[in-house]
Amino acid sequence: MKALVTVMPKPSVLDPQGAAAAEAMRHHGMEKVGRVRIGKVIEIELPEGADESLLHEISRDLLSNPVIEDYELRVINH
Amino acid sequence: MKFAVLRFPGSNCDQDCIHALNAIPGASADYVWHKDTSLAGFDAVVVPGGFSYGDYLRCGAIARFSPVMKSVKEFANAGGPVIGICNGFQILCESGLLPGALVRNRGLHFVCEHVNLRVEQHDSRFTNAAWTGQILNIPIAHGEGCYFAEDETLERLRINGQVLLRYCDEQGRAADEANPNGSRENIAGIRNEAGNVFGLMPHPERACDPLLGSTDGLHIFKSILKG
Repeated sequence: MKALVTVMPKPSVLDPQGAAAAEAMRHHGMEKVGRVRIGKVIEIELPEGADESLLHEISRDLLSNPVIEDYELRVINH
Repeated sequence: MKFAVLRFPGSNCDQDCIHALNAIPGASADYVWHKDTSLAGFDAVVVPGGFSYGDYLRCGAIARFSPVMKSVKEFANAGGPVIGICNGFQILCESGLLPGALVRNRGLHFVCEHVNLRVEQHDSRFTNAAWTGQILNIPIAHGEGCYFAEDETLERLRINGQVLLRYCDEQGRAADEANPNGSRENIAGIRNEAGNVFGLMPHPERACDPLLGSTDGLHIFKSILKG
């Protein structure tokens, strides 16, 4: 199985990378671009039946920082 | 007073800290490798700056799980003084020893320059050799030094007098133009509620010798010595 952990900055946290990317998109002709937020996706390969609650714990305590980020866990079974 | 200066893979201000501390009468310092688990014989802990674990994942996120950090937590919980500088501040926040987090600078650039810092509180273990309102000239060097905390946390920091340093202009005003990285409320350094753990983005160890343009960093280390 595979787990995809998406980590995004919380809406209240300044995301200067996203703002810079939005500015560059405007220069590329997309004048009406709204807010752009940049996060990351972590792809994890695991044996079938891996402990999902442990995956949540790892996503919350290691892969993201709950002070500034939210995570979303998606498990893909083959 | 004997200082432990932690070393993680990627620490790069450890030698500066050792050099600065050993030059202060009454202080001595020695390295402690991140895989060590004992802080026996040390009176204070310095978590130095650098790029521990290459800043992978988030700054300080992986160093937080190094074996030595368990001992640092025990040391801090027992009331021992712990100071985290730059990457050390990030590690202390990631460890939960200090509230909040440090995120990418507002201007995206790595900022390396001398800044003015206003001492907000001299009644602390880390600023008692300075006075409230004193302006310290100490360099910063970071890409992720923008201090972030939710409103409730900021309010608690204010009420408890936990903000020890703010970025300010030459007149001591914590103006937005004097904020090099977008930190909330110009925060440059905070202590924990108990008062024995301190984190700051500026590098006091780089301002301990007249040759380096400032000796204001000595106020911080001498405060720890004073106790």
